[in-house]
Amino acid sequence: MQEFAVILVSSILINNFVLVQFLGLCPFMGVSTKLESAIGMSAATTFVLTLTAMASYIVDVLVLMPLGLLYLRTIAFILVIAAVVQFTKMFIEKSSPLLYRVLGVFLPLITTNCAVLGVALQNASKDLNFMQSSLYGFGAGAGFSLVLIFFSAMRERLAAADIPAPFEGAAIAMITAGLMSLAFMGFSGLV
Amino acid sequence: MIDAIAQQPILAALIALVGLGILFGALLGFAAEKFKVEGDPIVEQIDELLPQTQCGQCGFPGCKPYAESIASGDAINKCPPGGQATINAIANLLDVPAPELDAEHGEEADVRTVAYIREDECIGCTKCIQACPVDAILGAAKLMHTVIADECTGCDLCVEPCPVDCIDMLPVEETIKEWHWPAPPTTADLIASDRRPAA
Repeated sequence: MQEFAVILVSSILINNFVLVQFLGLCPFMGVSTKLESAIGMSAATTFVLTLTAMASYIVDVLVLMPLGLLYLRTIAFILVIAAVVQFTKMFIEKSSPLLYRVLGVFLPLITTNCAVLGVALQNASKDLNFMQSSLYGFGAGAGFSLVLIFFSAMRERLAAADIPAPFEGAAIAMITAGLMSLAFMGFSGLV
Repeated sequence: MIDAIAQQPILAALIALVGLGILFGALLGFAAEKFKVEGDPIVEQIDELLPQTQCGQCGFPGCKPYAESIASGDAINKCPPGGQATINAIANLLDVPAPELDAEHGEEADVRTVAYIREDECIGCTKCIQACPVDAILGAAKLMHTVIADECTGCDLCVEPCPVDCIDMLPVEETIKEWHWPAPPTTADLIASDRRPAA
């Protein structure tokens, strides 16, 4: 039990994929202008991350390892990710057309979100078992959601704030992201 | 079997990737059938927000075609009968900033109007009947026409074709049934800022 808690804390806070490992920055900057779409994106990414962590573990253990094809990990995992994202896209389009429209181009872009491939490859290189892999994927998604929702909440307030002209728009967003990243550095050495 | 394949690295790689591809392809094909989306639900939601005057001032033959056009990326500020309230509602639905009403398509009417035909001047040409998008004008050729006030959306489309100019747009009189609280003023400064001098 304690081991699972360590994995979760590690993937959410200490090795946060966005602010510490700098993976998945594209949706972090792109979908953070409105809190509502940020929550939708977080949910979709967490779903995809957990599912790909499981699926890529299964592919790794059942297909790649017995055949001695570990050098094909990257391409096989990309195949898995593309299939899972496409599945998620169909599922969301059916269940929530509004979320589908809000996420727009960012939904297929989860495919190229490096955090997703990062989780799959890190799981494989760390030799985690199935439970640990899924938990690590879920933790990565939860960490991504946490910072994305914080960041978009701040950006919503920044949009209404009185910002000096040279810092308006993307500039202040970059500075905010940098400060958040500095803050998350403080978690290193927690476990 | 697995050992035999593993002896041949190229064959093994080929089988593994092609096999995975076929597996995922089959899965997605199944999902595409299972999660099939009929029509475009977002169009229905936009259509509900539009005022349904079918007036055509947006340049489309009705509210539904305009809703379809918005769903595929058209500007949302082309609806004068709906006014700023409709623009705001659609902007909220689609999660985009709300623009001002496009003046090119007409101005927002301050008061709701309804068409009125001065019946002794009507020559019964049926031109207004053809123009009316909601079939609110009653009459036949060479017979006097009249407007069904409850059906009229006040879109002005019948005024232009009338050859004897016998159609007036009259403001709707407020009755107890139609009166509603006026919307609160939107210009209130909800967020304090240094840019505006304090009142």
